[in-house]
Amino acid sequence: MADFMNNGLVRWFDRRLPILSWTNHHLIDYPAPRNLNYMWNFGSLAGIALVIQIVTGIVLAMHYTPHADMAFDSVERIMRDVDYGWLMRYAHANGASFFFIVVYLHVFRGLYYGSYKAPREVLWWIGLVILLTMMATAFMGYVLPWGQMSFWAATVITNLLSALPFVGEPLVEWVWGGFSVENPTLVRFYALHFLLPFVIVGLVGLHLWALHHTKSGNPLGIDATGPQDSIRFHPYYTIKDAFGAGMFLLVFAVFLFYAPNYLGHPDNYIPADPLKTPAHIVPEWYFLPFYAILRAIPSKLGGAVAMALSIGILFLLPWLDTSRVRSAAFRPVFRWFFWILVIDIIVLGFVGANPPEGAWIVIGQIATAWYFLHFLILLPLIGWFERPRPLPASIATAVLEGSGSASSGRGAR
Amino acid sequence: MSQTVNVRKPIPHSLPCVAMAGGIFMARPEGTPEQDLRDFLIMAEHAPDAQEVDRRDFLSVATISVTAVGAGFAAWPFIAQWNPAADVLALATIEVDLAPVAEGQQITVSWRGKPVFIRHRTADEIAAARDVDMDDLKDPQPDSERALRPEWLIMVGICTHLGCIPLGNQGEYHGWFCPCHGSHYDTSGRIRKGPAPENLGIPNYVFTDDTTVVIG
Repeated sequence: MADFMNNGLVRWFDRRLPILSWTNHHLIDYPAPRNLNYMWNFGSLAGIALVIQIVTGIVLAMHYTPHADMAFDSVERIMRDVDYGWLMRYAHANGASFFFIVVYLHVFRGLYYGSYKAPREVLWWIGLVILLTMMATAFMGYVLPWGQMSFWAATVITNLLSALPFVGEPLVEWVWGGFSVENPTLVRFYALHFLLPFVIVGLVGLHLWALHHTKSGNPLGIDATGPQDSIRFHPYYTIKDAFGAGMFLLVFAVFLFYAPNYLGHPDNYIPADPLKTPAHIVPEWYFLPFYAILRAIPSKLGGAVAMALSIGILFLLPWLDTSRVRSAAFRPVFRWFFWILVIDIIVLGFVGANPPEGAWIVIGQIATAWYFLHFLILLPLIGWFERPRPLPASIATAVLEGSGSASSGRGAR
Repeated sequence: MSQTVNVRKPIPHSLPCVAMAGGIFMARPEGTPEQDLRDFLIMAEHAPDAQEVDRRDFLSVATISVTAVGAGFAAWPFIAQWNPAADVLALATIEVDLAPVAEGQQITVSWRGKPVFIRHRTADEIAAARDVDMDDLKDPQPDSERALRPEWLIMVGICTHLGCIPLGNQGEYHGWFCPCHGSHYDTSGRIRKGPAPENLGIPNYVFTDDTTVVIG
């Protein structure tokens, strides 16, 4: 029981609205596994990134004009005329990248430590829905400055829908509100870009609800058996999260103040021109692996379907991974294939960044094939044939033996 | 969540604590008397009687202080971004050509988003504006202070009551009349009757030549 709950006034209030005991239950006395390593920081970092995006985004909305004729100039006005407007916009643009960085690391943490396995399948699903909503939000936000990259990103991505048989063409015109990407498209993207972050906030609430219902996983992947396996969230993990937040903000500040355009494209400082496509268009870095998968399939519909499936199959991951051991620390074969998958996805990122010519086409097709092979064939087979290392008796015994975080990969002996 | 209280434990003699707990009792909550008694006992038990300040307290205070300063610095740009932006400030000065405005005519120009009345006053209007007893005025000000050049009266055309725009050549003093709440201004733009507290405002302006004025 946190000390403040001993205050008579606090208890008087809490009997009428138990928000304080609720906070105490979930943020202070919440029993967290005692062996969480720094890979468990990225959930709270994602939350911080979401708050940065919403706060800077609301500021930008106060100065931005959602109209095809005025959007570009209003963004330049934010950059040049509005007090600290440059800071708000750079924080928002780089904040999107950093949101994806921490979320991707959060997802890879889940892949490595088997966070998607029972009883956390729904928690995993909600996380994937958050990821998809983030992608939609980021895409529509990228359209708003109405530069060349904005316009042609909007054109290319919305045209993906036209690959659908029969409904494709009318669907695209419905999304556009016209016969090409035009002002109606911009205005509806603006409205949705404002709305979706709050949808994400709601989804994060469900994500945390599911998390606190099933309890946090941990690097050993075994369940807590008693109080000796847990420590209070506060102060142990609040201070660890705060330290991680400090490091995150440090790296963020380096980009924000010293390389604010490093992650962007210079072409987006050219106003949108519906009559001229830039010579080399690529999406933002966080979409590159998916873009590579899209281009790997030499068929319009096939490419779009493969791209959708690349995230879609992750929903089935709790059943595609047939191993009953959660943590890769005890799975010698799986661990190798995990790191090969990481390399594969990075390769896909490079393929997506380069023009679809020569060797890049072949590399992209091999990497795409490996991606699906990993999840659909290898993962079920590894689970059957792999012989996992013995699991420790409890978190406490492993911690006291000095192998609790399992970050060395050796696990308990 | 549940905490058992040792009721037999002697209550520390901490007067402020008892006074505070007394306040709790008076604001009787819907909790049962037993709950209230327990709250009181818990409170008494945790009374801060001569606790030593230890290193953890120092670290906590230092951490919170640094966080507060950092939050203050971070908040500053979010507050400052509401200031008038550079392009707005750049429009804070306007230049007006007075040549086309004949005697007896009035033009309205927009300055900082507000209407500015520029009236080429007739001799009669100037005389009427000057022939006023200062004691009759709600906001006493001689006409000479309100017009750098008597023939040009330049004012912010916003009623000093609640911000409506007064109508020209109207009202009991043949100056301006505000239709919103019935304020009458004279030919010098001074408030003569009605709820407005002050005369119509005079912006800063200079004549760069005989027919050009720079406002702002």
